[in-house]
Amino acid sequence: MSTEGSEPDGTPLIELRGVKKSFGAVQAVNGVDLKVMQGKVTALVGDNGAGKSSLIKTIAGLWEQDAGEILWEGEPVRLRSPKESEGLGITTIYQDLALCDNLDIVQNMFLGHEVLRHFTLDEGSMEITAKRILAELEVTTVRSVRQPVASLSGGQRQSVAVAKAVMAQAKLVIMDEPTAALGVSQTAQVLALIKRLAEGGTTVLMISHNLNDVFEVADWIAVLRLGRIVAEGPIDTFDSSVVVDYMTTGRSERALAGSGTGNGSGQ
Amino acid sequence: MTSDTGGTVDGPTSGTETKSEPSPAPPTGDHPESRHEEETPAAVALVSVAPEILADSLGEYLKAWAKRIRSGESGALPIILGLILIIIIFQVQNSNFLSAGNIVNLLVQAAFFVTLGLGETFALILSEIDLSVGFVAGIGATITLALVSPSYGWPWWAAAIVGLLACAALGALQGVLITRLHLPSFVVTLASLLGLGGVLIFLFDSFHGAVGGVISLPISGPLYNLVNGNMSVAASWIVLVVAVALYGLVSVTRNTRRRSRNLSAPPLSITLATVAVAGVAGALLVIVCNINRGHLTPLNGVPWVLPLVLLVVVLWTLLLTKTRTGRYMYAIGASPEAARRAGIRVQWIRTAAFILSAFTAGLGGLVFASRLGSISVGYDGSTYVLYAIAAAVIGGASLFGGYGKAVHALLGGVLIAAVVNGLALIGVSTAGEEIATALVLLAAVTVDSLVRRRGSTT
Repeated sequence: MSTEGSEPDGTPLIELRGVKKSFGAVQAVNGVDLKVMQGKVTALVGDNGAGKSSLIKTIAGLWEQDAGEILWEGEPVRLRSPKESEGLGITTIYQDLALCDNLDIVQNMFLGHEVLRHFTLDEGSMEITAKRILAELEVTTVRSVRQPVASLSGGQRQSVAVAKAVMAQAKLVIMDEPTAALGVSQTAQVLALIKRLAEGGTTVLMISHNLNDVFEVADWIAVLRLGRIVAEGPIDTFDSSVVVDYMTTGRSERALAGSGTGNGSGQ
Repeated sequence: MTSDTGGTVDGPTSGTETKSEPSPAPPTGDHPESRHEEETPAAVALVSVAPEILADSLGEYLKAWAKRIRSGESGALPIILGLILIIIIFQVQNSNFLSAGNIVNLLVQAAFFVTLGLGETFALILSEIDLSVGFVAGIGATITLALVSPSYGWPWWAAAIVGLLACAALGALQGVLITRLHLPSFVVTLASLLGLGGVLIFLFDSFHGAVGGVISLPISGPLYNLVNGNMSVAASWIVLVVAVALYGLVSVTRNTRRRSRNLSAPPLSITLATVAVAGVAGALLVIVCNINRGHLTPLNGVPWVLPLVLLVVVLWTLLLTKTRTGRYMYAIGASPEAARRAGIRVQWIRTAAFILSAFTAGLGGLVFASRLGSISVGYDGSTYVLYAIAAAVIGGASLFGGYGKAVHALLGGVLIAAVVNGLALIGVSTAGEEIATALVLLAAVTVDSLVRRRGSTT
């Protein structure tokens, strides 16, 4: 069923080939082929239990896949620990964001990577860098970078987490449901942030339930169902109802002309 | 999304360069709310930010400060008000309370609570608790006093170092049990509380120099003079002037350096006023200590222990605020998971906190023994640890972790000492004393949870 339109061009930043992961009798990821292209926003969608989280945790290095291989910039790599993933430039922003409420924005952005001067923390330099990165990301709603994170809104927290990833010079930022807990205006804020991240050359792999958000920012979409990619392609060859069909039944009769298509193995 | 372009972070138009214009928006009382209509939590949050972030002039600073207090971020204010209230109550009951002799006595008493509370603060910041500080202090003091006693005759400094190292080793042992075996700190340190009480008795039983269960300090040795010796009048003024000048220099340099880099800094007038307040407080302390408080022979001067405890407070403040170790302690206290993902060696920092806690407790033990000139087998470490926790919590450290400053233990320790001292002065029984201390602790924690909401949005 494969058509020309579903093949991205060039070398993907990260490519998964036949990746499998099971937990006991449960086959969470069952032979996933996925290409995430450089500088693009790829959305990974799927119903609960489709294997999205298991898949991104594999990429994040929380565990190694049982079978299949992962290629980073065309080279096979093994991701056995979060450190190995981070070493390649993969940053994962989980839903809990991993921020410390009692620390301010600068302190959170630099946590674990503090700049020292005369053996003490160089707050000035860190603050200047943090401001620059937030300005680049056009995060303008925070009043001061010295605000404790506890006082920020959900969207602002997400911004801090993203800025932290940018500061770590991440090549691939994986975002787990970045808009799940946000209101309308803050969702818009985070989606704009994701776009700017991609414009800046950072590759984004985003997991989402919310198809509106996916169609808003993604360049490429991959639908996961029961541990398999059942459809993928450029976002403009899909619409919501088609994606929902794929998510729920693994097939769609309503596929748009020239649509990205189902992955043969699943059908 | 609001189009706020005036924040400290520059707006979209300024793109990547931020240095050309500092552009701190004029922080007036009303516009943040209107500006952040959609960002309600952010608008609420504005008031909980440190005032120096929002203000450039003195007037704005005071306005921001008042707003912050109204919103519940009252900082040390309730404790200072509480202290004033307690002082008034006791002074009305007994006019000797504010006599020079009693003030010095009170501060020397406080030195012990402050030091133990400082140790406890490390544990509290990490969202742990250390119930062992009382007996760790006693063990350290017992070892040191035994070593300087005629039986061994060690030089005081060697004995003190060994005593403090023994405390640090006890802290390390507890830290390892807590981090490697994943045992709750409450249980491990409770076991220490019980076990070390026994070890203390064992030490006294096996040391022949203990006369009637008491090991005495050689009178007029440096350890004895730590509390009982006084600085000369000239020395106390010199130390004060040097300390205030140093503080002023550092504050002003930091302030101007931040200004020159377009970073937010409190108005220079505020910085200078803070230094001036510190100087006046120090001068008052020196003046009071230099009033003759002897009954038969003249006695005056600042006891050595006061500047030394203040020095420990300063050092631990620097450790907590200016080093990675300190930063990681706060991070772990708020979110161990976030700290772990940031690559922080969480277990090592936790262990370090228990080592620092025990080491600081050891300093407190030396203060305690110096004040009495001895240590006895009846040393009540299980009560003192409660005073230590009370001092830290009254001062404002949170039992839920992530918050707490060295200066909090200082304030809390002085308040506890004021209560203990005042009750003894007006002749209240031990029972009454303990009940009153408990009530003060309850009041402080209640104030903490009601007033200090920490400006959280969650």
